[in-house]
Amino acid sequence: MSEPTNSIVCSEVFKTFGVGDSMVRALRGVNLEVRFGEMMALVGPSGCGKTTLISILAGLLQRDEGAMSVLGTDPSALSNHERTLWRGENVGFIFQQFNLIPQVSILENVAVPLLLRRHPKRDAFDRAAKLLEEVGLKGRESTRPSKLSGGQQQRVAIARALVTGPRLLVCDEPTSALDGATGQKVMALIRELTAAAERVVIVVTHDERIYHFADRIAHLDDGRVTHVSTPAEALAESAARMSDAAQRH
Amino acid sequence: MRTIAIKMLFGDTAKFYGILLGLSFATLLIAQQASIFVGLMSRTYALIEETPQADLWVTDPTMQFVDDTKPMQVTALQRVRSVDGVGWAVPLFKGLLVAKLPSGTRQICDVVGVDDASLIGVPARMVKGDVSVLRKPDTIIIETRGARSRLAQPINPADPSGPKRPIEIGEELELNERRAVIGGIAETKPTFQNVPTIYTTYSRAIGFAPANRRTLSMILVKAADGASITELRDRIARETGLAVYTPHDFAWTTIRYWMTQTGIPINFGIAIVLGFLVGVAIAGQMFYNFTLDNLKYFGAMKAMGATTPRLLELVALQGAVAGVLGLGIGLGVTSIVGLAIPGDKLAFKMTWHIPVIAAAAVIFIVVASSLLSMRRVVKLDPSEVFQG
Repeated sequence: MSEPTNSIVCSEVFKTFGVGDSMVRALRGVNLEVRFGEMMALVGPSGCGKTTLISILAGLLQRDEGAMSVLGTDPSALSNHERTLWRGENVGFIFQQFNLIPQVSILENVAVPLLLRRHPKRDAFDRAAKLLEEVGLKGRESTRPSKLSGGQQQRVAIARALVTGPRLLVCDEPTSALDGATGQKVMALIRELTAAAERVVIVVTHDERIYHFADRIAHLDDGRVTHVSTPAEALAESAARMSDAAQRH
Repeated sequence: MRTIAIKMLFGDTAKFYGILLGLSFATLLIAQQASIFVGLMSRTYALIEETPQADLWVTDPTMQFVDDTKPMQVTALQRVRSVDGVGWAVPLFKGLLVAKLPSGTRQICDVVGVDDASLIGVPARMVKGDVSVLRKPDTIIIETRGARSRLAQPINPADPSGPKRPIEIGEELELNERRAVIGGIAETKPTFQNVPTIYTTYSRAIGFAPANRRTLSMILVKAADGASITELRDRIARETGLAVYTPHDFAWTTIRYWMTQTGIPINFGIAIVLGFLVGVAIAGQMFYNFTLDNLKYFGAMKAMGATTPRLLELVALQGAVAGVLGLGIGLGVTSIVGLAIPGDKLAFKMTWHIPVIAAAAVIFIVVASSLLSMRRVVKLDPSEVFQG
């Protein structure tokens, strides 16, 4: 039996928060397919459901309805405990605000996901050191995160996300806390380090300047994936929207 | 990961010191006040501890504590001696008398009159002189604290309020217009009343005391070889109608009196409760805030695959480390204060129960604040890490 080509398949996925008057329909039937080895960007206006969708894909939230397969598993069908273990084994996270523990060194920060799973300490630190070298922070292992620039902190976060060797990497606005040039470098690094056939990267972003790093771009609006485009098409659409808006003014 | 959890605790310097300060201060207040309370209570039965030869203490039935002397008729001694199983029984006088010092000042003293023949009841640790000096006429033995403090004499007799020196052997006091010569100085345990104690013979003591038909304060009894002390206690009580105590029971009767009839326990209890509340208020809140501050990191860990029990283990470890350090510092400071201040100025006695009680209080504070913190960690939704 051949390896499935799609790492993520979502079919009519719904998610609702709250009840009654305070009910919010965050996802209203998302359909999406992401292939192995692909970097998919999720874009769309604030409140369109991007964060909800990656939370469900990463096993942080459970869908209400629909069908879903992520790396061959439906994380929403797992128990809380099973889902936590599944995340630890399969998902790497890069957060908007890095979420590095300020009181410990960057080496320890990178080793955290392994240590949390009671991985042997020496091997955890060896792997963390190797990844820090790969992200260009060799020699800075004992530095605290606060002594690093934003870009360097995001590099540490990338190393931490990859230290367990996850097949799914979820990046939430990875460049929003960085300047333009640093954002480009960070995305180039993510692209370089995740270029493996068995790995899939989902990037939530508002930053059009990093569209070109993605293989495809899924556009979300009002809780649905409206269409999937190439980066060039997405940029063209964006330029057209800007032009329309300028003419209206 | 445990090292990282501890580094997280130590690394948040302000909160860590706040937690430590709260726990240390709570421990200090609890342990110090409890030690002073125990010290004070142990002083109330110092006479019993200074007289280890007696198996039983016989007193008037209305006597409530050691210093509450209710003199008995001297015939009581003979009645006790006649009880089967009594090895020996000797009289003891105890009373407060005013002593006129060589400088002319007057000082209330606790006079203890011991059996003339056996001298049972005189402190064993003589610093100067010998117990046998009591066989000389008019002789008394005083204790070191009294000699150095309230019985101390001015170096220059012409300047009674000037610097003083300890009163010495050979110097004379007047007790109820009668001459008393200091023949020895003994080391004794401090007493609750903290007045100088004078030891002399029973016959001399009743001579010092104002004339009274009843002069026998207590009777010290030794059980005959092979006799059961508890059976003898019951037999003496039954046959004489007097109160009979083992040293342990007499000490506890005394403690119970002070516990139930005075405001001392309430005062110390309030201080101890305040210490506990300080610990809860400062350390508990600081620890809770520390966890809240780190909630986003715990959330990130949860997202990265940390199970809730694993995170609770880390929070519990942080609480335990803070608790052990706070308890250690608090007990250390308490011990240093207790050792640094002389015993005649501070009644301090740290029994093994006190660190245990302080540890229990600290454990309660840490566990309560950890549970509150853990509640937040348990309820933490890992998807919140994407909320920015």
